[in-house]
Amino acid sequence: MSSEPLSVDILTSPHVKRPMSTNAIMRNVAVALAPVALFSIFAFGLSALLLLSVATISCVLTEWAVCRLSGKPNTVGDYSAAVTGLLLGLTLPPSFPLWMVAVGGAISIGLGKALFGGLGYNTFNPALVGRAFLQAAFPVAVTTWTPPFVQGRFLACIPSTLAFPFLKPTPVAEYIAAANIDAFTGATPLNLEGVTRLADPLDLFMGMTSGSTGETCAVLILLCGGYLLVRNMLDWRIPAGVLGSVFALSGVLHLINADTYPGPLFMVFSGGLMLGAIFMATDMVTSPTTALGVWIFSILIGVITVVIRLKGSLPEGVMYAILLANAVTPLIETWTQPRVFGTTKKASSTS
Amino acid sequence: MAQNFVLGHTFSHGVHPPEHKKGTRTEPIERLGFAPTLVVPLAQHIGAPAKAVVAKKQEVARGELIAEAGGFVSVPMHAPAAGTVTKIDLALIASGSMAPAVYIKVDPEASQEALEGEPFDIEAAAPGDLVGAVQQAGLVGLGGAAFPTHVKMTVPEGKTIDTVLANGCECEPYLTCDHRLMLEQKDELFAGLAIALKATGADRAIIGIEDNKQDALALLRDSVPHGLPIFVAPVKTKYPQGAEKMLIKALLNREVPSGGLPMDVNVACFNVSTLAQMAALLPKRQGLIERVVTVTGPGVRKPGNYLIPLGTPLQFILDHVGLTDDARQVILGGPMMGPSVSSLDVPTTKGVSGILALTQKELDDRPKQVYPCIKCGSCVEACPLYLNPSLLGALARKEEYEAMEQGYHLNDCFECASCTYVCPSNIPLVQYFRIAKSMNRERKAAKRK
Repeated sequence: MSSEPLSVDILTSPHVKRPMSTNAIMRNVAVALAPVALFSIFAFGLSALLLLSVATISCVLTEWAVCRLSGKPNTVGDYSAAVTGLLLGLTLPPSFPLWMVAVGGAISIGLGKALFGGLGYNTFNPALVGRAFLQAAFPVAVTTWTPPFVQGRFLACIPSTLAFPFLKPTPVAEYIAAANIDAFTGATPLNLEGVTRLADPLDLFMGMTSGSTGETCAVLILLCGGYLLVRNMLDWRIPAGVLGSVFALSGVLHLINADTYPGPLFMVFSGGLMLGAIFMATDMVTSPTTALGVWIFSILIGVITVVIRLKGSLPEGVMYAILLANAVTPLIETWTQPRVFGTTKKASSTS
Repeated sequence: MAQNFVLGHTFSHGVHPPEHKKGTRTEPIERLGFAPTLVVPLAQHIGAPAKAVVAKKQEVARGELIAEAGGFVSVPMHAPAAGTVTKIDLALIASGSMAPAVYIKVDPEASQEALEGEPFDIEAAAPGDLVGAVQQAGLVGLGGAAFPTHVKMTVPEGKTIDTVLANGCECEPYLTCDHRLMLEQKDELFAGLAIALKATGADRAIIGIEDNKQDALALLRDSVPHGLPIFVAPVKTKYPQGAEKMLIKALLNREVPSGGLPMDVNVACFNVSTLAQMAALLPKRQGLIERVVTVTGPGVRKPGNYLIPLGTPLQFILDHVGLTDDARQVILGGPMMGPSVSSLDVPTTKGVSGILALTQKELDDRPKQVYPCIKCGSCVEACPLYLNPSLLGALARKEEYEAMEQGYHLNDCFECASCTYVCPSNIPLVQYFRIAKSMNRERKAAKRK
């Protein structure tokens, strides 16, 4: 009757667990970004490859160094630093000097994440903190765009890529001229000089224009976001809110005055909006957890983006829009705490 | 049959873990024999423990009263088998602590006929008599909570009950005992509902069944006795649909107030097994001495639904069904809320609906590393009570237990563990909440002194 005595392990319930881990989420984001990165390498060649590599490696190295210096367990394995690096690289122009990229990577992880306490504690999207630092420190380099699909791009770098640290960046005007591209496409489509010279939304959609390394091909970014969505690792409401509000607001403005304001399709598909909406604003750490909060957050990003683009002196507003929304996320969370079941008034809450 | 009063068929949020019910859902209920010694703890229910009324060496008949209720929120105990009381001593119970229990050495020669009391005319009984009889029968919520049933049937002054709910959700993975019971004991279920309707004065009864039990839904729907206001309603298969508050929300779209009871929204809710037992025990004034238990899991060789005398040690049951060589963990109840036992000497009690044996593989599958909270919001979208588990978890880490209770509704949490199930960072949220609640209880107890 009796079997050999069973030595039982005691664990607390729940004894089952949904098979999704933070590690897996970060790994999947990296996987989802891979096609975007590959397309950018195809479009911009060796420079893009080096840029993305340096961005990723500098972030991972900084993470490792911070863990080592602070005596904490190594967190490189959670992939979040690699994702930050990849995202940072994708938002930079392909001609961006590599040493500046490395500085950006160190700032992203060091200032954007480690200083706040590491993964989960940062207020701002680390990649965008790095990007904002680079925008302030190197305003020229960060707004110098080179054309895509240049002949021989896989054999040689864009001259500025290999610039020496702290020296005047190598001008790329000659490179652009040599690429035999007319003056218009040489500039990013968002350097508006007049609505009449805007790029065709279809070109923007397909990634035929110049722009930051990973921001040019809207369709690919959408597809990669779709992959994350299918895997249940992306909150669809954020891109929906961001892109929807940009489309709606710029559409209304365009209807009011088509001469001053570009069309909504152009607004949605140009610049860093698509990458920002799908891969940056959706950063779980820096976006609200409540359903209503998510909508407020995403619509806020869309509105600020349109306002900065059309009324500000900057050509691109997505980065600052997301950073600003990140800053108010705790406040949004506090406001939007759900009503507790069986109560009529909202739970008192201070974040 | 008009069922358009049913407004919602589920509740918001919740999770859907793999069901694992295939192994036992088609296994008819089978009676298990008597263990040589039964151990009947005196506190098998929520409330005051029962008081033993038997002495050492006393012979007891099967179904004889061995302990009387220790108060209003308490129920008596009956001997699960004929035999001799060997001792009244501490026994290891499921929580891991020791509690007083009556040890009965089963008499192998006895006929084991259950004792019958004086016939009880349910038709003629007043509601108060019915409630009294339910307490005498030792009935508690057999879904797992083990809350004394008669307390739920007692309608205080100024309150009314308009609807009785029969809870046939069985939302915990692996468990199928309620499913089998609905298929095999439908007449008892309906008779139990008739008693509950009469005792509470409700106008109607609804049997809520998760839609993964279509055979039970169809069978019950087709066999509602004529003239009884009983309705059968499917609810979405989702955990924790079987939680009282969630079922009331799903079927009636009423929210039990925070800190309140179902009767605050004019509802009384009973598990289907409780109702069936009620109908079986009351006519002859018998006591609860056995129950159906799903014995299952990858560590069990012969999974099934067994009618098991209360007080049967787990070792006896698991010897009968056979454990696989790699079985490592035994859980009482379902995997979402059930405690894992420290020893197989632990006896079954009234609230044990399942015995689940997991293997080394399931242990290995449990993630070990805890990552920081990445504010993904999964827990917020899982919590059926719309709490913010992520925030509560952060407060728990800072040991802000009082703030959790006062500002963030910690005490509304009924520990369904949905938050912990979904957390990608493997943060032990529900474990934090259990600690926080017990710390608060201790603090309050210390204050009172």
